[in-house]
Amino acid sequence: MKYLISLLLGLVVGAAIFAAGMIYNPFLLDRGLSPLSVTESEVISLNFSSVPSDAIVYTNDGDSRLKPFPEKVQQLWEPSIRLTSAMATVMRDARSQTAGIGIKFSSRSERTRLLRGEAIVDSVWYVYVPDHGSLFIEQFENYWTFLREVGIPAYRSSANNWKGTWIGDLTAGPGALGTAAVSGGAGSFQGLKMEGLESLTATAYSIDDGLVAAEGRLLIEMPDGVEDFEDESSSE
Amino acid sequence: MLKTFIVGILLGVAAAAGLLYAYPAVDQHREASIVSVAANGGNIESFHVNVPMDRILVGAPDLKQPLPAAMEWPADKMLRDIRVELFKIRNARDAVVGVAARTAAKDGSVDVIDWVLHLPARGSIFVSMRPEGLDGGFRIGELTAGSREFGLLNGSMTERWVPDTSGEEDAPQGRIELLTTFVGGEELL
Repeated sequence: MKYLISLLLGLVVGAAIFAAGMIYNPFLLDRGLSPLSVTESEVISLNFSSVPSDAIVYTNDGDSRLKPFPEKVQQLWEPSIRLTSAMATVMRDARSQTAGIGIKFSSRSERTRLLRGEAIVDSVWYVYVPDHGSLFIEQFENYWTFLREVGIPAYRSSANNWKGTWIGDLTAGPGALGTAAVSGGAGSFQGLKMEGLESLTATAYSIDDGLVAAEGRLLIEMPDGVEDFEDESSSE
Repeated sequence: MLKTFIVGILLGVAAAAGLLYAYPAVDQHREASIVSVAANGGNIESFHVNVPMDRILVGAPDLKQPLPAAMEWPADKMLRDIRVELFKIRNARDAVVGVAARTAAKDGSVDVIDWVLHLPARGSIFVSMRPEGLDGGFRIGELTAGSREFGLLNGSMTERWVPDTSGEEDAPQGRIELLTTFVGGEELL
């Protein structure tokens, strides 16, 4: 009997060691500097609040940590879309002036491999910027670093929340340098192929409500020779 | 007993790693695609939106009945010429397979109508519609970009409003029909 108890205790300790090893694995570190932060091309910056209650509308399956907003919005409960969220929000330029409307669809990805530090979300953005046109941004995001540095500390906190400053890039592809693929639709963006990046600055997170205070940012690298966006853009 | 404990630790590490490797962290539900072959090549797939039950958002300035009811459209004049709608989209078997956004805006004197269809298990489609309507109530647009399964495709999509004529009590008012015709990108080269 004592050998069985010893074996079971060993199993539990082994599983705990494995979990701790995954969470604190130094080989699964953040990718570091974003390629768009060192580009010499013009970069458009579009900012938005990542807090659902600041959006025009935010919805998901209704059972997730982030609550749909407004309360009576239709929820995505059907099997095909229950791992998906949809958000429409105001996009602001670098001077915090309204720049346009952004719509984001995100779905948890089957490419998620926690063993490799990949908590992947497939997402697309549609952004309409009046007087300039529309953009389609295709990307997959890796939330592993965010989970490790914000989510898990919040779980470990006795108050079930986290406060601090976390700044990180979420976009992990499909571009070779971990950038998003951006296509121009209408207006002066029409026909343009660009690269982009979504990043997040979080300052408060709650286990019950998800992000409490957080700002998202889309950076879009304009092709050389496009000079129409001086007013709305910021060079990074 | 110490040896048993150490063996337990090793087994625990191996079991946790094996479980994480073998058990999918995410398993998207898939509806079988209903695709037919076009006469001139390419695949045709039909989607639709039942109105009003599949509407998630109807946002525009000064709407008398915005959806959802408590939604507040931003008052900024920058957004005065934009109308955004979010929908659930269904396949030909009437099963929900994704979500979609339709944006209509006026860019100077030009009308912009864009669709984004997001099918979680498959990928996304971005279609820029031509603003002028065609005979039969159609509007057609080109596939501007796609992701994952749709990333290397070319083609077009039509939209059409089809009012309900069934007269049934719980029938929708009508449906927005979306018909995609896509071919592999290499075939056009």
